[in-house]
Amino acid sequence: MTQIHRSNRGGRIDRSRELSFTFNGKRYTGYAGDTLASALLANGVDIVNRSFKYSRPRGIVAAGPEEPNAVVQLGASEAAQVPNVRATQQALYEGLVARSTNGWPNVQRDMMGMIGKLGGSFMPPGFYYKTFMAPASMWMTYEKYIRKGAGLGRSPLESDPDIYDHINQHCDVLIIGGGAAGLAAARIAADSGARVMLCDEQEELGGSLLDSRETLDGLPAPEWVSQVVTELAGRENVELLPRTTANGYHDHNFVTLHERRTEHLRDTAPAVNRRPQARSRLHRVRARHVILATGTHERPLVYGNNDVPGNLVAGAVSTYIRRFGVVPGHKLVLSVSNDHAYRTALDWHESGREVVAIVDARATSQGELAEQARALGIRIINQSAVIEAKGSDRVTAARIARVDLDAFCVLGHEETLSCDTIASSGGYSPVIHLSSHTGTRPVWRDDVLGFVPGDVKGMTSVGGVHGVFALKAVLEHATEGTRRALEAIGFDGASSAPRLPDVAERREAPACALFQVPHVKSAMRAPKQFVDLQNDVTAAGIELATREGFESIEHVKRYTALGFGTDQGKLGNINGMAIAARCLKRSIPEVGTTVFRPNYTPVTFGAIVGRHCRDLFDPERYTALHAWHVEHGAEFEDVGQWKRPWYFPQVRAGAVSGERESMAEAVARECLAVREKVGILDASTLGKIDIQGPDAREFLGRVYTNKWAKLAPGRVRYGLMCKDDGMLMDDGTTSCLAENHFLMTTTTGGAAGVMEWLELWHQTEWPELEVYFTSVTDHWATMTVTGPQARKLMSEVTDIDLSPDQFKFMDWREGNVAGIPARVFRISFTGELAYEINVQANYAMPVWKALFEKGDKYGLTPYGTETMHVLRAEKGLIIVGQDTDGSVTPEDLGMQWAVGYDKPFSWIGKRALTRPDTARTDRKQFVGLKPRDPKVVLEEGAQIVFDPEQSIPMTMVGHVTSSYYSPNLGHGFALAVIKGGRDRLGQTVYLPMKDGVVHEAEIVSPVFIDPKGERQNV
Amino acid sequence: MSEIREFDCRPNDQTGAESPLAWSFQRGPAPAADAQAGVTLRESAFMGHLILRGGAIVLDEAVREVLGINLPARPNTLAVDAKGERSIQWLSPDEWLILVPGGEEFVLEKALRHALGQAHFSLVNVSGGQTVITLRGPKARETLKKSTPYDVHPSAFPVGKGVTTIFAKTSLILRQPQADCWELIVRRSFADYVYRWLLDAAAEFGVTVERR
Amino acid sequence: MFHIYCPYCEEHREEEEFHPRGQAHLQRPADPENCSDKEWGDYLFFRDNPRGIHHELWVHSVGCRKFFNITRHTANYEILETYKMGERPSITAETLAADERQSGVQAASGGWQTVGARPEDEALNTEARA
Ligand SMILES: [Zn+2]
Repeated sequence: MTQIHRSNRGGRIDRSRELSFTFNGKRYTGYAGDTLASALLANGVDIVNRSFKYSRPRGIVAAGPEEPNAVVQLGASEAAQVPNVRATQQALYEGLVARSTNGWPNVQRDMMGMIGKLGGSFMPPGFYYKTFMAPASMWMTYEKYIRKGAGLGRSPLESDPDIYDHINQHCDVLIIGGGAAGLAAARIAADSGARVMLCDEQEELGGSLLDSRETLDGLPAPEWVSQVVTELAGRENVELLPRTTANGYHDHNFVTLHERRTEHLRDTAPAVNRRPQARSRLHRVRARHVILATGTHERPLVYGNNDVPGNLVAGAVSTYIRRFGVVPGHKLVLSVSNDHAYRTALDWHESGREVVAIVDARATSQGELAEQARALGIRIINQSAVIEAKGSDRVTAARIARVDLDAFCVLGHEETLSCDTIASSGGYSPVIHLSSHTGTRPVWRDDVLGFVPGDVKGMTSVGGVHGVFALKAVLEHATEGTRRALEAIGFDGASSAPRLPDVAERREAPACALFQVPHVKSAMRAPKQFVDLQNDVTAAGIELATREGFESIEHVKRYTALGFGTDQGKLGNINGMAIAARCLKRSIPEVGTTVFRPNYTPVTFGAIVGRHCRDLFDPERYTALHAWHVEHGAEFEDVGQWKRPWYFPQVRAGAVSGERESMAEAVARECLAVREKVGILDASTLGKIDIQGPDAREFLGRVYTNKWAKLAPGRVRYGLMCKDDGMLMDDGTTSCLAENHFLMTTTTGGAAGVMEWLELWHQTEWPELEVYFTSVTDHWATMTVTGPQARKLMSEVTDIDLSPDQFKFMDWREGNVAGIPARVFRISFTGELAYEINVQANYAMPVWKALFEKGDKYGLTPYGTETMHVLRAEKGLIIVGQDTDGSVTPEDLGMQWAVGYDKPFSWIGKRALTRPDTARTDRKQFVGLKPRDPKVVLEEGAQIVFDPEQSIPMTMVGHVTSSYYSPNLGHGFALAVIKGGRDRLGQTVYLPMKDGVVHEAEIVSPVFIDPKGERQNV
Repeated sequence: MSEIREFDCRPNDQTGAESPLAWSFQRGPAPAADAQAGVTLRESAFMGHLILRGGAIVLDEAVREVLGINLPARPNTLAVDAKGERSIQWLSPDEWLILVPGGEEFVLEKALRHALGQAHFSLVNVSGGQTVITLRGPKARETLKKSTPYDVHPSAFPVGKGVTTIFAKTSLILRQPQADCWELIVRRSFADYVYRWLLDAAAEFGVTVERR
Repeated sequence: MFHIYCPYCEEHREEEEFHPRGQAHLQRPADPENCSDKEWGDYLFFRDNPRGIHHELWVHSVGCRKFFNITRHTANYEILETYKMGERPSITAETLAADERQSGVQAASGGWQTVGARPEDEALNTEARA
């Protein structure tokens, strides 16, 4: 197929570089410099999509991010699929493959359209509202049709081959928008020496200047742009970012920019010098000042059948002609409310095709451009508008009529003009989306017929977005606004003599307020007048909403879907509000404006994720012994960000093909090894805090529930830490290293939180206490050697006197282990004789290996967290966060022995223990559970009831907190919290499971093994 | 017994010692040497790291006496001795990081304790808990921009500055003791993550890992 | 994403470096044993939730690890000042109201979260700010 709408000359495309591409399975050609949209128009592709709700054929309407119809699915391969790409924003490259996102089975012959506008009756205005108000079952019925028919784009089913990244940026001035205003702002900012960033969403900088008819300093606008861009690119203090959309404007001038770095080259990023390049990049910009130079979006007029392909926004037609050398039709009717749009007729005429008429809603056309048109012999019809387009797959004619805008009615004098293109302009809406992200409300300006940004601290809006439209005025406004902003942040040197290009002043007549065009029939009966093409919202729909009582535009929006989704109301919002205002007999500002939300245009997940994916999704913390664990086949468990050995499956005895133990087998073997011989655990992940100062002891007494006044150097004590509400927050042992020196341990997960907790109380409540805390978690590697043979093994590697009367339970000693200086703590989390060896982490590996060298004959067995859990649970030792959940007091746990009720200072949590709810006797208490069936291992989290025969919902009296199979006991066992549990020892409780099975269990003491603690004391 | 327990946790014999990046180097091959590499990375392992806490007025004189460096009192600054081997960095109004060649830390600790006498302060050896990763090269700054929200532009991060800040999804101390030399002081358990992150972020510039 | 001035580091840092710790200037009862259950309950559980000026406790957790206070506008998220532990704010709802009365200008503009500018909404906003 040839490029039937391509002109022979003009445009910023390279006719010597032909590019082939595929759209909906058909091959076409375009040129380097095209967008997918301009190439489609050049090839005469009228229908690019089917509409969301009514399944009507749709064509390209605009030339920028405001395009509502040409939303495509991009990508040649499955892995490279990208949904929701606007064809108007996608540069053409060789081999590009795109499909329509809507249309089933295809856009030309649409099934839903043939079935008879299924959407029409299925999805009236208020569809979302009514559906979500209705029983959920209704949604299930609709959803499959909507998803299939509406085609919301789809994500790839294969892993993305590309990489993406983030970059953090800081600048003095961030200029958003690289059109006339942005370039003028950049120039003065660059001269001032400030750190400047300029971003623009288009393929090249220049904005509307790239299709402007104006001259600057005697140069055609695009040439002036090249000159300025070259100048800016040479400045060290300026970073230029084309193809970069400012997508979100967040608190305190934090702006996210989405830079598409390779999307214009291929569908997957090419390598450069064999090094991988990020396909796109998210810039996280912290700007001292933001210059908002986002310009305007031209508003189309709302008339009957204004969605038929061939209806375009006037400015877009000019863009296609002047930038891409594409005239998207043969015969043009232009319907306008303002002077500026006349340029489209001039551009069309100059390209050698016919302008049938300009239909101007104003009584007269006096401006300079109107006079030029008149001089060319173009017919101008005043006080009239296009009221309806004719045609189905392409415009065939325009029905025009005299209109009375004040009375909102047609006066007669109807005429039908044969044409294939209708371009319309209802004025220019400032692109206020970004300033709106900040939560600041925009301000309506009657003179602009649009909203302009409200005041945002640290932001200046310049040019079109501020309602300044004429080029000369834009340049002046942007320069002056930027000069003031620079001064405010301390850059005033170079901005004293700003350079302004020489631009002609244009005489323009005022525009009139025209949004919806009246039709001879009422809006409800007239052909559909579309307001929001992407969401298929019509003027009649908005009227209906107001009649049904929705008065706020926010409610109208939710009722009709106006401005929903990826569209964010770019073309339709103001028109929609104007219609609502007319129906409600209010002014537009009285109806309000909707809040635009990030993102301005869709951002790929890749760019959002950056390199925080795959192996780098989250930090993995390793202990100093990690390499050994990997070598020895450990399976790992995530504990916070730590990778802890979970269990060490061994090759099964006699296994032919190297088959390894199951988890249950490995854990059973590890458990028995510790109880019968000796095991070793890498406990390095425990939090450790070095505490020094004369008030260290006093401080411990205030943050722990138990007493610390008499703990002697060389001794260790277990402590509970509560919040001031009396609920347990952490536990651990603390050793007295010297009179004013302690080493606290915390749970693995609680380390950072406890450290902050100590600082909180020290800094805010008790700054007078002389004490300092320093985290030493990573400094010390910790190895627990535990089991009946532990002393024998230790005696082979250490010079420390291990005799039971010299080194007792809850003592610590200093010495050498395997020749490495070590502190050894006789504490036990298994209930067995145990030594916790702390060495400087760089020397952990030689110590660990030495232990294994000597440990073989004692049956030294490495064990992981699962075995640790079983062993401690057999002893009824809690794990904070598993057996507790922030609603458990030390008393609930039966740990009154660790509470110093008579300490002089009212320690954290003490007062709360006597509050009525905390002091209740029927609180959930910590107990053991022994299932009746020894083979049963109860489910952790299972709810407990006293009476299984009661009707549902049953009264739940507690739940299982920990549950394991014990190879030592030969049966399953569990820990639980149960209402008044300690007074119910021996009673039977029931655990109804979701599969209908009801387990029976006996309430027992939580200590299942060695209740007197003789084994750890040997 | 003394009121604070001093303990020299460094053995005389360094056989078998493993730095925090030992596993990273062992696990996979470092990227092939690249003459055009934009970034060069190396670990300065086994240094002496001490955390000194106390009031600046209390500590100032003793630090100068023992270490021969002025205690940096201004936030986010760093003082280095003439040889560039020993440094002390402001971490907080009452907290400093001292870095010295490995093996000096315990001697220094004892000397500082002696000089400070009965003053209220704390001094903690954290040498096993962290390591230093050095970044050099024309793209070092660009690599950092991908990794930390802190502003590393020369105007905001001159030589002699040091901060604790966010790095990817963890935190570290970032400092520039000399021109074109960035030091990342990383907690041991996060070292591998930071290392892998750096290799990934710098891949587009080319990266060389220097090993002794 | 806030940009927060740490009064100890003496420079602005990204929000990621900080943790909020709730309302500032909470007073733990001096003699917990002799305060009533209600007083203790108030201290534990009850917090202000103003629409407007709020004094908050934050910690520079990835940084100097110091706790400090932020005076923040809860509707437009503007940070009006930060100050060290033990210091009192120089800007409060009261000082701002006094400034407004003096200048006849509303001190905190912008940042309204409600939309649909109907007169009754305006009234609500004005009321909440007064
Ligand atoms: Zn700070």
